[in-house]
Amino acid sequence: MYEEIFKKYTPEKENLIYILHEIQDTHPQQYISEEAVEWVAEYLQIEPSHIFGVLTFYTMFSTKPRGKNIIRLCESPPCFLRGSEKMLKRLAQLLKVKAGETTSDGLFTLELCACLGVCGNAPVMMINEDVYGDLTEEKLDKIIASYTGGEK
Amino acid sequence: MKFYRSHILIGIDDSSLAAGVKEIEALLRSELQKNNLSDEINILETGTLGLFGTGVSMTVFPEQVTYVNLTAADVPEIVSEHFLKGRPVTRLALKAPLKKHYDYNYKNRIVLANSGKINPEDIKDYLAAGGYEAWEKALLIMQPGEVVDEVKASGLRGRGGAGFPTGLKWSFTAPIKAEQKLFVINADEGEPGTFKDRLIMEGDPHKLLEGIMIGSYAVGATKAYIYIRGEYKLCIHRLEIAIKDAYEYGLLGNNIFDSGFDLDIYIKIGAGAYVCGEETALIESMEGNRGNPRSKPPFPGVQGAWQLPTVVNNVETIANVPAIITNGSEWYKGYGPDGCSGTKVFTIMGDVNLPGLCEVDMGTSLRTIIDEFGGGVKEGHQFKAALVGGAAGVFLPIERLDVNMDYNSLRNYAAVLGSGAILVMDERADIVDMLYSVIRFFRHESCGKCSPCANGNEMLYKLISKIRKGKGAPEDLYNMDKVAEAMFHSSFCALGQSLVMPIRSAIEHFKADFLKRIN
Ligand SMILES: Cc1cc2nc3c(=O)[nH]c(=O)nc-3n(C[C@H](O)[C@H](O)[C@H](O)COP(=O)(O)O)c2cc1C
Ligand code: SF4
Ligand code: FES
Repeated sequence: MYEEIFKKYTPEKENLIYILHEIQDTHPQQYISEEAVEWVAEYLQIEPSHIFGVLTFYTMFSTKPRGKNIIRLCESPPCFLRGSEKMLKRLAQLLKVKAGETTSDGLFTLELCACLGVCGNAPVMMINEDVYGDLTEEKLDKIIASYTGGEK
Repeated sequence: MKFYRSHILIGIDDSSLAAGVKEIEALLRSELQKNNLSDEINILETGTLGLFGTGVSMTVFPEQVTYVNLTAADVPEIVSEHFLKGRPVTRLALKAPLKKHYDYNYKNRIVLANSGKINPEDIKDYLAAGGYEAWEKALLIMQPGEVVDEVKASGLRGRGGAGFPTGLKWSFTAPIKAEQKLFVINADEGEPGTFKDRLIMEGDPHKLLEGIMIGSYAVGATKAYIYIRGEYKLCIHRLEIAIKDAYEYGLLGNNIFDSGFDLDIYIKIGAGAYVCGEETALIESMEGNRGNPRSKPPFPGVQGAWQLPTVVNNVETIANVPAIITNGSEWYKGYGPDGCSGTKVFTIMGDVNLPGLCEVDMGTSLRTIIDEFGGGVKEGHQFKAALVGGAAGVFLPIERLDVNMDYNSLRNYAAVLGSGAILVMDERADIVDMLYSVIRFFRHESCGKCSPCANGNEMLYKLISKIRKGKGAPEDLYNMDKVAEAMFHSSFCALGQSLVMPIRSAIEHFKADFLKRIN
C-alpha cells in the first residue's frame, strides 16, 4: 500500500509526522484513513492509538475526508483586525458551507487556522500550498472562481 | 560566465507570492525574451525586499531603481522603456519618502543584511558576501570554549521570546560529556504577528546554517536539527538547497576542513501547533509524539531530545552568531543598550501605511519603529493601541509610545519584547474584539495537558464572549483578571502563564471599551 512513501523513511517513530504528511498530501481527499493508520503502525511498530493521538493533536492533519482544495483562513489577531471575519462570511456565502465543512461537490473544505506568518498582507488565507493576501471580498470572488472555473 | 548589463532582483517571499509575483516574473521573462534581452538582463529571485503593502516589487542593479506595486500591465512598459531604451520608468519607481525608508531600513542590518540583495538559492552569492568566513575562523582558529566566551561577551540574548543569554545557555551544555549532543533550531514561528524567522530563512538561509555550524561546534554537538513549521514551504525548499550545497562545499559532513569535527544538519517539519514552539514540546514533536510540554528541570540543555543534551535556539538568535564571530563581541555591543545588545527584527502590521519589517538597534523607540519603518498610522487615523510581542504580548496605549523596545525597558511596563511583533490599532479598533481574538487563539492552542490552562481558557473565552455580546457584568472584568492570574501561577508551561499579560493590559488601559459593552 504505502511502500513508495515508507521506502523514503527508516522505520523510526521520529519519522511519523513526515510519513503522515505525505500520506495526507497524496490522498485525493487529503486525509488519513484508519486503514492508513494501521499500515503506518505496522511499519513503525508503534501502537495505532499513538498515531491517533498525534493526528488529533496537530491541526494540519485530518482524520475525515476533505475536499479537493483546502482553504485555510487565518483568524489570528492581526488578520482579525484587518477583517478576517468579513472574509469568513463571504467564503461561507460563496461556498455555502460553514467553517470545518466540505462543499457538496467535494471541491473545497473551509478551515480556520492560526497565524500563517504572512501578517504583513493580512487578511490572509492559504488554498492548498498557495498563499493569498490582502484579501477583499472582490478578490475572494475572483480567487474562488479561478478554482471552480477548472483553471487549477 | 555570462556578463549581464543589468540584474533584476525580484523579492520572492510568501508576501509577494500572495500578491502574485510568479505571474509577473513569468511575464517579465517572456517580454525580455521577445525583445532579445534575455542574455543582457538577468533575473534573480531573492528574499524579501522588506517592503510590504507595496505588492510585487523588484530592484534593478546597477541602476538601483526599485519598482513597486507592479501589475502585469506595467511589465511591457518597463521592458521597452527601461531595459531596451535605458530610461527607468519613474512613474512606477519607489519615490522619495519610500526610497528613504527603504535605504534607511538597510542601514543597520546584521541578520537581514543580505536579504533582498543576494540569491538565497546560490551559495556563491553568500560566499561572495563574506559568508562562511566566521565558520572557518571558529573551526580552525578558535577553541569551542573561546566561541562560547565570545558569544557570552557579546551579550546576545535569545530572540525566541524569553531573552535568555545565549552564551550562558551554551556554557551549560558545552562541558557535558555525552556520546552525542544536539543543536536544535526553533523555526516553529507561530506567535501571531511574527514572520521574522521566515524572512531570515527565505532571504539568507546560509546565514542560519553558518550560525548552526558555529553553535554546534561551540557546544560539541555533531547533529543539528531545524524544526520548522509545515506551512513554511518556501523556507523548507531553500534550506534544503542550502544544506545540500553546504555539503558539496565541504562545510558540513565528516572531518570538516580537516579539523576532525563532524556535523550533519537535518530538517524536521511540524504540523501546526503553536505550543510546539515551546522548547520541550518541540522536542516531543521531533521525537514523533504529541507536542505536550515536558517538565523542567531537567532542562533540554542537559537532557533533551532522545535524552541527549540539546541546545534549543531561535532562528534570529543564531543568525546573529556569524557576525559576532567575524567582528567580535565588542563590535556587537556597539548595537543596542547595555544588557540588550545587538539589533532586533520587528514585524509591523495592522493599521499602518507600510506593514513590513525592520531590523534596528535594540532599544529603538516604539514610536520610531511605527513612524519611520511602518510608515506611520494609517492615513487619516489616530493611534489607539499596539499589541507588542504577539498574542502573548501586551496592549500598549498612546502614553507608552516612547518606550524603548528592549527587554529591560519593556519590563518596566510589565511588557515583553516577545518575538518582536507589533500590531498597531487605530481608533476604529475595539479592544474587546481584539482581546476576544487573542483569547480565542489561546483557547484553540492550549494543549490540554494541565487543567489550569485548559479550563482557564474555557472560562476566559466564555467571559469575553459574554462581554462582547453586551451581556457582561462589571465583575466579569475582575473575574477575567483573577482567572488569568491563577493560570499564571499554576499553568504547566508559559502558554497558560502568558494570558495575564494581554488581559491585564487591555483592561487597564482600555477600560472604556469594556465598560461600553457592559454599560
Ligand atoms: C507557547 C510557546 C511558544 C513558543 N514559540 C516559539 C517559537 O515559535 N519560536 C521560538 O524561537 N521560540 C518560541 N518559544 C520559546 C522557546 O520555548 C525557547 O525559549 C526558545 O526557542 C529558545 O531560543 P532562544 O534562547 O534563542 O530565544 C515559545 C515558547 C512558548 C511557551
Ligand atoms: S499551560 Fe496550556 S499549553 Fe502549557 S502544558 Fe498546560 S495545557 Fe498545555
Ligand atoms: S495573523 Fe494572519 S497571517 Fe499572521
